[in-house]
Amino acid sequence: MGDNHVHALRGISLEIARGDFVSIMGASGSGKSTLMNIIGCLDKPSSGKYYLDGVDVGALERDELADIRNRKVGFVFQQFNLLARTSALENVELPLLYSDNDKSKFKERAMQALMAVGLAERSDHHPSQLSGGQQQRVAIARSLINNPQLILADEPTGALDSRTSIEIMGIFQKLNREKGMSIVVVTHEPDIAHYSNRILQFKDGHLMIDEAVTTPRNAERELAEMPELEEEKEPVA
Amino acid sequence: MNKVFQSMRIAFRALRVNKLRSALTMLGIIIGVGAVIAMVSVGSGATDRIHQQIAAIGSNVIIIQPGSQNTGGVKSGNGNSQTLTEEDAEAIPRECPDVVYSTPIQQNQQQVVYGSNNWGTKIYGVSPDYMTIRDIRIEEGEPFTADDVKSTNKVALLGKTVVDNIFAGEDPIGKTIRVRKVPFTVIGTLVPKGQNSSGQDQDDMILMPITTAKKKVMGGGRQNNWQQIGQIMVQARDGRNNNAMDEIEALLRQRHRLQATEDNDFQVRSLEEMAAAQEQATQIMGLLLASIASVSLIVGGIGIMNIMLVSVTERTKEIGLRQAVGAKTNDILSQFLVEAVSLSLLGGCLGIGMGVLASFGISYFAGWTTLVSLPSILAAFFFSALVGVFFGFYPARKAALLDPIEALRYE
Repeated sequence: MGDNHVHALRGISLEIARGDFVSIMGASGSGKSTLMNIIGCLDKPSSGKYYLDGVDVGALERDELADIRNRKVGFVFQQFNLLARTSALENVELPLLYSDNDKSKFKERAMQALMAVGLAERSDHHPSQLSGGQQQRVAIARSLINNPQLILADEPTGALDSRTSIEIMGIFQKLNREKGMSIVVVTHEPDIAHYSNRILQFKDGHLMIDEAVTTPRNAERELAEMPELEEEKEPVA
Repeated sequence: MNKVFQSMRIAFRALRVNKLRSALTMLGIIIGVGAVIAMVSVGSGATDRIHQQIAAIGSNVIIIQPGSQNTGGVKSGNGNSQTLTEEDAEAIPRECPDVVYSTPIQQNQQQVVYGSNNWGTKIYGVSPDYMTIRDIRIEEGEPFTADDVKSTNKVALLGKTVVDNIFAGEDPIGKTIRVRKVPFTVIGTLVPKGQNSSGQDQDDMILMPITTAKKKVMGGGRQNNWQQIGQIMVQARDGRNNNAMDEIEALLRQRHRLQATEDNDFQVRSLEEMAAAQEQATQIMGLLLASIASVSLIVGGIGIMNIMLVSVTERTKEIGLRQAVGAKTNDILSQFLVEAVSLSLLGGCLGIGMGVLASFGISYFAGWTTLVSLPSILAAFFFSALVGVFFGFYPARKAALLDPIEALRYE
């Protein structure tokens, strides 16, 4: 960024174990975006090393990074980033298009992923026909499709109301619990961070706090205790 | 292969999303390709007509015309002098081994009368060989013979236009017509040849023995020199055109007693040569038309590049997402390249249809011969694909080299 070198991150030593559920917190400018880009193999550290699943990411070329992202990382974004005018099923299929998988299984696998987030019956809906929470679930299904080791969620509940946020965090907890996937959530909401097992606090490029959450919140139980909603609001298609 | 098919699917979806924009972009290519096809068809139609014309005249035809005469330093222009004679015409096939047939030609516009009808037409005084050289056939009756020429017989062969105009349905054979008050017996009619390339009616003529034409019809002018004629038409042996021309030149120089320092007082020209020159001119014209038309194809290509650049900017976020989920440089490159090529190829195909329609229209409304050739269609097809690749490459490369982080953040 410009000619001045700004060290967005400095002196970070961090290990995230397989099956961990980690929240990254910090104000804007704290370096958490940079860390997320490095963890997601979108960016390479200018100095230092980052190993993902034993591979030194810093030594990889542009297309090798793309391949790693395809196979090992699933992304979930604040704004969902679904392709407009494209059905939920095809949105979920997207990462498969860039992998060497057997094409005949695409539909089946995308359907399974949608089922895992409870949206199988809406597979032919376009994003504009889905609510925000449903769109985010499609995005999660997309991140799951290649069975990645790591799901990286950047403010996944930032554009959602509180109940839907809990639902989304519930899906992450379930994936973490049942499939043993490592999950990293970037958030600035302490409430959301407390669904994870470990919270990392960043400030000015430094890792300030690294603490385990002794009793994480349980999204499933909270939802069960909440008053039943009549029906999820949907935009008119 | 799978990848290409998949890129095409993505590309076609993207094109469908902006139907009007895609259609307008394609319009540039449609017009470009259509114009090239139509112009090439006009060019090759003209060339084709010249070929037909050569075939109609008869190949290996050489025309000898009187040239400039040098009278005490004053040079008259070509064709103004009367240096050729009937004897020249007779001597050529006799002395030149590569000449088969030869005929003198004296031509004049005259009024023909039959009963109360009259018609202005061209009178050709020729020898019987004229029919062979020009490949003119008798429809009814008999041709005139060398004896008719020798005896200055007043016989005539009528073209169809003349027959139609002075014999209203009557059988002309054996009838007597008058040319400048001289009575002629019609001994035959000619098979119609239609119009020539310059729109001249080739059936509007009367053939008669050269001797009769000169003495009875075109008399006057140079009374003293009955032997002089307008031109000589000669047919050379197949493939010996140039040899025949050299032989004729040498013979006529000798017969006209020209010194080595003197210029020819005649001109020897081969019809094929003239046709070839005309063909070359037509080809240059065709090439010119096609290159002007191809400018619009390039403009169409720039239109594609423009719209692809807009598309890349608009879809920056989508590109970022595709990169994040694993699209490699070549995946993005081929997606946008296929999109550009699809635009230009689809436009090219529609343009070919347009061009074919246009060339039919040109020949229907303007009456020009047009010829749509398969090579020009194939060339247009590949050229439009090339335009897509050429003008699509820069935007596609721009898309492929976007930084995924920046692209994802783009609003």
